[in-house]
Amino acid sequence: MKEKTLPAVDSANNLISRDPEPGEVSETQGASETQWAVRTSNLSKAYGEIIAVNAIDLGVAAGETFGFLGPNGAGKSTTIKMLCTLVRPTDGQAYVAGYNVTKNRDAVRRNIGLVFQEPTLDSYLSAEQNLKFHADLYGMKRSIVASRIREVLEMVGLWERRESKVSTFSGGMKRRLEIARGLLHSPKVLFLDEPTVGLDPQTRSSIWSYINNLHETEEITIFMTTHYMDEAEYCDRIAIMDKGQIVALGSPAELKGAVGKDRITMEVNEVQRTIESIDKTFGIRAELREGVVSINVEDGARFVPRLFNELDVPIRSISVSRPSLDDVFLSYTGTTIREAESAGPADFVKTMLAAQARR
Amino acid sequence: MSSASPVINPALGIAPITVPTKSMGGSLRAVKIVMQRELIRFREDRIRIVTTLLQPLLYIFVTGTGLSVLTRNNSIVNLRTFIYPGALAMSVMFTAMFSAGSIVWDREFGFMREMLVAPVSRTAIVIGKGLGGTVVATFQAVIVLCVAGLAGVPYSPTLLIEILFEAALLAFALTAFGIVAAVRVTTFQGFMGMTQMLIMPLFFTSGAMFPLSKLPTWLAIITRINPLTYAIDPIRRAVFAHLLIPASVREIYAPGVTWDGWRVPTIVELVIIAAMGVVLLGIGILQFQKVE
Ligand SMILES: Nc1ncnc2c1ncn2[C@@H]1O[C@H](COP(=O)(O)OP(=O)(O)OP(=O)(O)O)[C@@H](O)[C@H]1O
Ligand SMILES: [Mg+2]
Repeated sequence: MKEKTLPAVDSANNLISRDPEPGEVSETQGASETQWAVRTSNLSKAYGEIIAVNAIDLGVAAGETFGFLGPNGAGKSTTIKMLCTLVRPTDGQAYVAGYNVTKNRDAVRRNIGLVFQEPTLDSYLSAEQNLKFHADLYGMKRSIVASRIREVLEMVGLWERRESKVSTFSGGMKRRLEIARGLLHSPKVLFLDEPTVGLDPQTRSSIWSYINNLHETEEITIFMTTHYMDEAEYCDRIAIMDKGQIVALGSPAELKGAVGKDRITMEVNEVQRTIESIDKTFGIRAELREGVVSINVEDGARFVPRLFNELDVPIRSISVSRPSLDDVFLSYTGTTIREAESAGPADFVKTMLAAQARR
Repeated sequence: MSSASPVINPALGIAPITVPTKSMGGSLRAVKIVMQRELIRFREDRIRIVTTLLQPLLYIFVTGTGLSVLTRNNSIVNLRTFIYPGALAMSVMFTAMFSAGSIVWDREFGFMREMLVAPVSRTAIVIGKGLGGTVVATFQAVIVLCVAGLAGVPYSPTLLIEILFEAALLAFALTAFGIVAAVRVTTFQGFMGMTQMLIMPLFFTSGAMFPLSKLPTWLAIITRINPLTYAIDPIRRAVFAHLLIPASVREIYAPGVTWDGWRVPTIVELVIIAAMGVVLLGIGILQFQKVE
């Protein structure tokens, strides 16, 4: 994992500094606030009855890679849409790159890059035409457009394919092109909504290496969402979101440290008897999760021999793991992320109905 | 990779690219690129060009020739020539509407977001779409003009230029109409259905297929209310002005639009169409501000 300290105030200010615009000064929160690339207070969004985002307070420092972690429907995308001015909050405030997202939309838009969860490329155009369109829309200086397009296309390994229609690209190539486009105008904050969803592990890791390398070539803050736990490990800090609220916030190491306990999982033939027997023998509550019996203990390595000695049930296999983000998620939300994802059919139907109501 | 590039200088720690604040120049550039995209897509979409050409050909040659049987013995005017202006208008109308329909398409397939989050005014996006549709549909008119000779329309330069100008106005008004319709529709299929539903009645009550004089009152009123009437009539009058036929015959086939006996001059008809286009585009712009 990478060690990265937050940037000094000096460089942070440098990052956010820009020419003042009329009507803008009053919107910034004063000098002490400008080191935040993203700052929200009480930010909320309700869709009728559904409270998608419920009063979140958040600060992302300039230069950070910040991860938003949570199951389907947690409100991650809605939060990003509010931050990028596409959706109006129903309550609360948010500042991105120092600008208010409702009162100063254009200033926010000039300073952010976006990769949405759903594809937003024009598949009839070539890769280069898509980028050219973006450059014109963002009013980039004409003299630098060509070299900058080349630069970002080379960064994501698509320079050779620049003249191909996007419709001929694979899913991973499209994703990489979207990331390139999000970076084209050198945004101060890049929002990535599930940049790797649906990609094979190889493409996922290559996208992550681009993202990590970005900090070397660009002075940029990255705000991303994911529901892959392993990806969250790449972030400087993560926020775990569940049902519209932030339930935990910190660096991956901090969050794992706070959980403290190791996890022992075992495959057994007689689940119920094992759980009862563990409870009787050690007074520890065991649970069946994802097909294996799991318990949390302080020192897993020392506990396993005791388990073997004192327990009178057959065990097919056993493993001990240090706390992972899965455990963090479990301890804050009461379920693993996979369980939350495979939520009951009732939830599914609700989502479907909500989707239809929108039509 | 990019470390040697003059654009990004990691040593300075700042990317010198900045997105400028909103300006007139920036808006014009946005209008231009949105319009260009429509043109690129039209060029790539050969099937659309062919199908929208097929329709007028059917009208001119099948309907026109078929109806000619009725008048074979006592007519010096080819009915194909009579139908030609309506067929041209129909082709322009469908092309313009479908071009405006790209708004629905863009929303359904996500590209709209790319435009909505950009630091450009929505007005610029709508105007770009409007001009794009206008140019594309006018180009379609050029293609239909190429076969004018087959319908007995003379290839006179002044006539061609006049028709082209009138077709461009129609294209603009119809694109604006299409935009207003498209802003509220969520699926492209829905939009296609709506287009058919709107265009056909407009077309049939416009005098595209019959002369505007000696109609029963109810039909006369409907044709006078239908804005499309004022787009097709000038084209037909222009065509018939260039035919070598007696004035009395011309009066039968291209009598022009009359309001209570007053014959509406071409210039007024064109102003009506242009004004419709501007008003509709304005409505489209207003509606588009509210899109999330
Ligand atoms: N336009 C909308 N209208 C009504 N409800 C909505 C709308 N957009 C989102 N929601 C609801 O808000 C909640 C949060 O959705 P959101 O898309 O933010 O979740 P997410 O965390 O991004 O989930 P995922 O991991 O599936 O992308 C869901 O319950 C969803 O149904
Ligand atoms: Mg989402």
